[in-house]
Amino acid sequence: MNISRKWLREFTDITVSDREFDSVMTLAGQKVETVTRMDAEIKNVVVGRVCSIVRHENSDHMWVCQIDDGSGTLIQVVTGAQNVHEGDLVPFARDDSWLPGGIHIVSGALRGVRSDGMLCSFKELGLTQNDLPDAFADGIWILNNEECAIGQDINEVIGNDDSIVEFEITNNRPDCYSLIGLAREAAAAFDVPLHLHEPVVRGGAEGSLPELLDVEVPAEDLCLRYSARMVRNVRIAPSPKWMRQRLRAAGIRPINNIVDITNYVMVEYGQPMHAFDYRYVKGGKIIVRRAGDDKTLTTLDGVVRSLQPDMLVIADETKPVGLAGIMGGENSEIVADTTDVVFESANFLGSSIRRTALALGMRTEASAKFEKDLDPMLTIPAVNRACELVELLGAGEVVDGVIDIINHVPQPVSIPLEPEKLNALLGTDIPKEDMIAYLRREQVPVSDDMVHVPSWRPDLRITADLAEEVARYYGYNRIDNTLMRGTTTMGGYTAAQKLENAAGAAARAIGYSEIITYSFVSPAVFDLIRLPQDSPLRETIRLINPLGEDTSIMRTVILPSMMDILARNYSYKNQSVKLYELGKIYLPRKGQTLPDEPKRLILGTYGEHETFFTMKGEVDTILSQLNVHPAVYRAASGNPSYHPGRCAEIVIDGKVLGVIGQIHPLVCENYGIHDEVYAAELDFTALADALAPERVFHSLPRFPTVSRDLALVCDETVTVGTLEDCIRKAGGELLRGIRLFDIYRGPGIAPGKKSIAFNLELRADDRTLTDEDTTGVVAAVLKALKEELSVALR
Amino acid sequence: MKEQLEKIRQEALDALDHAGDAAELDALRVRFLGKKGELTGVLKMMGKLSAEERPVMGQAANNVRAAIEEKLEQTRLALKEKALQARLAAETIDVTIPGEPVKLGHRHPMNKALDEAKEIFISMGFQILEGPEVELADYNFTRLNIAENHPSRDRSDTFYITDDESVLLRTQTSPMQIRAMEQIKQPPIRVLAPGRVYRKDEVDATHSPMFHQIEGLVVDKGITMADLKGTLEVLIKAMYGQESVVRFRPHHFPFTEPSCEVDVQCFNCKGAGCPMCKGEGWIELLGAGMVHPDVLANCGIDPDIYSGFAFGIGLERMAMRRFKINDLRMIFENDIRFLSQF
Repeated sequence: MNISRKWLREFTDITVSDREFDSVMTLAGQKVETVTRMDAEIKNVVVGRVCSIVRHENSDHMWVCQIDDGSGTLIQVVTGAQNVHEGDLVPFARDDSWLPGGIHIVSGALRGVRSDGMLCSFKELGLTQNDLPDAFADGIWILNNEECAIGQDINEVIGNDDSIVEFEITNNRPDCYSLIGLAREAAAAFDVPLHLHEPVVRGGAEGSLPELLDVEVPAEDLCLRYSARMVRNVRIAPSPKWMRQRLRAAGIRPINNIVDITNYVMVEYGQPMHAFDYRYVKGGKIIVRRAGDDKTLTTLDGVVRSLQPDMLVIADETKPVGLAGIMGGENSEIVADTTDVVFESANFLGSSIRRTALALGMRTEASAKFEKDLDPMLTIPAVNRACELVELLGAGEVVDGVIDIINHVPQPVSIPLEPEKLNALLGTDIPKEDMIAYLRREQVPVSDDMVHVPSWRPDLRITADLAEEVARYYGYNRIDNTLMRGTTTMGGYTAAQKLENAAGAAARAIGYSEIITYSFVSPAVFDLIRLPQDSPLRETIRLINPLGEDTSIMRTVILPSMMDILARNYSYKNQSVKLYELGKIYLPRKGQTLPDEPKRLILGTYGEHETFFTMKGEVDTILSQLNVHPAVYRAASGNPSYHPGRCAEIVIDGKVLGVIGQIHPLVCENYGIHDEVYAAELDFTALADALAPERVFHSLPRFPTVSRDLALVCDETVTVGTLEDCIRKAGGELLRGIRLFDIYRGPGIAPGKKSIAFNLELRADDRTLTDEDTTGVVAAVLKALKEELSVALR
Repeated sequence: MKEQLEKIRQEALDALDHAGDAAELDALRVRFLGKKGELTGVLKMMGKLSAEERPVMGQAANNVRAAIEEKLEQTRLALKEKALQARLAAETIDVTIPGEPVKLGHRHPMNKALDEAKEIFISMGFQILEGPEVELADYNFTRLNIAENHPSRDRSDTFYITDDESVLLRTQTSPMQIRAMEQIKQPPIRVLAPGRVYRKDEVDATHSPMFHQIEGLVVDKGITMADLKGTLEVLIKAMYGQESVVRFRPHHFPFTEPSCEVDVQCFNCKGAGCPMCKGEGWIELLGAGMVHPDVLANCGIDPDIYSGFAFGIGLERMAMRRFKINDLRMIFENDIRFLSQF
C-alpha cells in the first residue's frame, strides 16, 4: 500500500522527516518498505517565461528563445517545438538539470547556436495526458493556466513536493489498505490527533431512488452488504488538479471525474466502488447473483471472460454487467455522454472474490482489497463520500436516499481488559491506565474494563490480541530481555543425531566435503542412472504443481543428486573431488498418506589415485568410526548404475545396507564425466540399528606375536575373501590377524592362476607361542586351503 | 726411559690434536696404548729397572697413559660433536617450502551455521527434533490457524502432492510445533527443529524452491515475550557478535500472538543505510511470537495454564550473513572451490 504523506496530512498532522516517519511507523507495527521522494528524479527544472522567440538561422524547424528563469539574466535555449509563443510560461530545464529516467541536461550547441538548457514537454517530466487532460501533447507543456511563478521549482507545479511511503500491510489488517486506516495507525504511533471527516451530501436531484433503482441480492452468502446511490445530470469532465495530483501520487491514472471519484474514495476508505452508466442497467434493476447459465462477460478492458456458474456477477434484468468486486463490464462503462450514474459500494465475501480473480487470472486493485474481507460498515460512508465529492466537483446531482441491503454484518465484539494477564504474557509491568490510553490512541474504545472492538478491527478477538496492541504502543523494544525460568530441561542430540554427526565428521576427516542437494529431481534421472523400467524406485511422490519437470518428483535414490554435483564440478575442471551427502529419500508407502523418509549417506569421488579399494577403505573407516558391526562385501554385478565387475553390496549383520563400486561408464557418459567415478551408498537409517556393542578396553598383549608369511597359488576364480574365510576358520583362536600383501601373476605362475601372499599374525594371551604351536596353525591352514579350495603353497 | 715416556706423551697428544675422524682416533689409540703400542713397548723395559726406580717409572708410565686416555676421550667427544654439527648442517632444509597438504573434507557452510545455532540452543536445554517434509496440510496450515483461503495456500505458492491439497511439501518448519507438542505432550517443551522447506519460487540470487528453516518452540508455565526476546538476543549475539544491535518490531503470523520480526542493525553501514541492507539500515533475521492460544489448544495444551513462544529462522539467509555469501545459488551449486572455503 502506497500513500502520499501530503495527503496523509489531511487526516493527521505529522511533519517529521521521512526517516523518522519510517522508523516510528515500523516500530509501531506498520512496516515501511520504501520511502520515495516524488521530486527525486527531477532536479533544477523551473518555471521559465519565454521573453522572445526567433527562428534558428540554420534550421527551418527550430527556434531560439530567451528565457527568464527568475535568475536575473536571460538564458538562450533552442527548441524544436512549434507551440511556444512569446510570453508563455514553460518548464525550463537549466544547464546541469535532471529529468526522469536519469536524463542529464547540460549546455550545448544546436546547429551552431548555443543552448543552455531545454524546454520540456510533460512527457519529459514523467507526466501523461491523463494527468494533464488540457495540455497539448506534442510540444512544450505550456504552464500559463497552472498558477505558477517564474523561477518556481517545477516539482511544486506538478505536485511532486511529496513523499510516497510504501507499507507492507499484514494479512490481518485489511483496514490498513486505506489512507484513513494508515492515518489512524500514524496518529496512534505519533500520539497526535486524528481528524476524520463525516461526508455530507446535499442531495435533492429529481426523482425517487426506489423508483429509479431496484437492487436484489439472491447470492446473499457471497454479498454481505450492497449499498448504492444515484447521481443524475452528470457532466463528465476531467477532475480538478488537486484530485489528479493525489491520484497520481497514489499510483492511479486519472480518467474522468466520476471514475476518479470512485478511485479517490477507494484510496481514502479502502472501499472499492464501482460506477455504472444507468442507461445500460436494463430495467433499472441490479441483481447480485451467481453467473449460473451466463457463460461470458466482456470486462471494461475489452477482454471476453469465461464465467463459471459459481462466480459472483452484477447483472441487470437480462445479463451480467460486471464481475462483482473485480471489474466492471464494458457494456456499463462510464463514457463521455453518460448522464446518470449508479455508485455501487458493496461488500463481497473475500474467498469468493479471490477464487474468481485467481480463476480468471485478473487480480485488480479492487479484488486485492475485497479478498482480505473488508469491513461491511464501510459501504455507507464510502458511497456518501463519493456523492459528496460529486457535489464538490459539480459533476452531477445526487438523488436522495441510499439503497442498503444488509445480509450480514458482524456482531460487535467486546473483550475484557485483564491487565495482569497482558503483563504476564508480555513479561511487563504496564499500568492499566497506560493500556487504556494505548487502545484509545488507535480509536479502540475502552469502558468498564471492556474493550469494544470497532468493526474495522476483526483481528482483535482474544486477550493475546490486546497484548499485541498494548505492546506495539508500549514499544516491543522496551520489553525486557530475560531468560526462561521454570523447569530445567535437558538439551542435546538423540542417538540417531549423534550418529549422523559422527558420520559427517568421519567423512570429512578422510577428505570428503559435504554437499546439500534438492530433494526433488526430474523423472529423467532414472534413465540417467540406468534404473530398469520396472524398478520399484520409479514409484515416486509426485508434485501436482511443480516449477518444472526438473523438480517434479521427490527422489527415491540419492545417486543422481551426487552424480549431478560431481558432473558440475567435473565441468568446472575441478580436480580430484570427494563429496558426501547425508540426505533423505522419499519412498511412497502403500496405504499410508505420508511417505517414508529414510536417510542415505552417499560418498562420491573421481580423480587421480581413486580406486574401488581406496573407497572401500574409506567406507570401512567410516563404519568403524560409527562402531557398526563389520561389513562384508559381496560382489554384485546386477546393479545397473555400477560397473558389473566393480561393484559390491555392503552387508552388515547379514543385511544389505549399501552398495559400493565404480559407476557404470554409461552412467558417467550420461552425466558427461569422462573419468572413473566411485560411489558408495549406505542406508543410514538402517545403520543405526546395526551398531556394535559400545567399545570397552582390551588388555594389551603381554606375549609376543609371531608372524608368518604364506604365498599361495590358486585359480583366478578364487577370491581373496574366500581364501581369508578359509584361513580364518582353520587358523583357530591363535590366529589374530590376516593381512594380504601381494597378488602376483606372470612368469613362474601358470596361466589362469595367481599367487596371493598373506601375512598371518599368531598370538596367545597366556603364554609365548612355541614352534609347535605356530607350525600347527600353519599346517592346519594349509591343509584346509588344499582340501577346500585346492590351493597350494607357492 | 723417562725421556721416552715424555716423548710418547708429547707425540700422542700432538697426534690426537690432529686426528680428523673416529678411524684415525682408533689408529692412534692402538699405536700408543695398544698391546703392541709404544707405551706398552716402554713398559716392557720396566724389568730392567731397579727396584727403587720401578715404582717411580711405573707411576710415570701410568700418568702418561692417563693423560693420553683423557686426551683420547676429549678428542672423541670433540669429533662426535663435530660430526653431529656437520650432519645437522648437511640436513638443513628450506623451511619455507610448503607443507604436505592434509586433505580434510569441509562441512557445508549452511550446516556449519546450523551447528552453531544448535549448540547455542542445546546449551539452553533445547532438544533437536526432525519431522516429515512431505506433510499434511492440516499440520502445515490448518492447525497453525492459517485460514482456508489464506494466499499462502495457493498453488502458486505451495507445492501440493495430492489433488485435494491435503498433502503437500511443507512450506515452513512450523508444523513441527504441532508435532513437537503432540509428541512431548507435557510441558516443559524446548525444541529446535531444523529442516528443509519448499515454496514455489524460481531460483535466483535470493530465492530457491527448496530452502531450510530452524523452528524453535518453548512451552511452559509463565513463558513471556520478554523470555522470547532474551532467548533470541542470545542467539543473535552468539551468531553475529556481542556488539550486534537487535530490534524487535510488530508483525503478524496466524500462529503467534503477539508476533514480531527481528532485525539486526546492518553490519556494513551500522544503520545508516547502504546497498547491503537496501538502504534500510536493518536486516531482517527472523519471525517469532508468543504461541497463539488456539494453536496450544489444537495440540491439547491448556492455554490458560501454559504459554510459549516460537520462532522461525531462514537458515540460508543466516549462513549467507554469517559467511558473507552473496548469492544463494552458491549454496546448492556445491562447487568444491566454494565448499573448501569453510
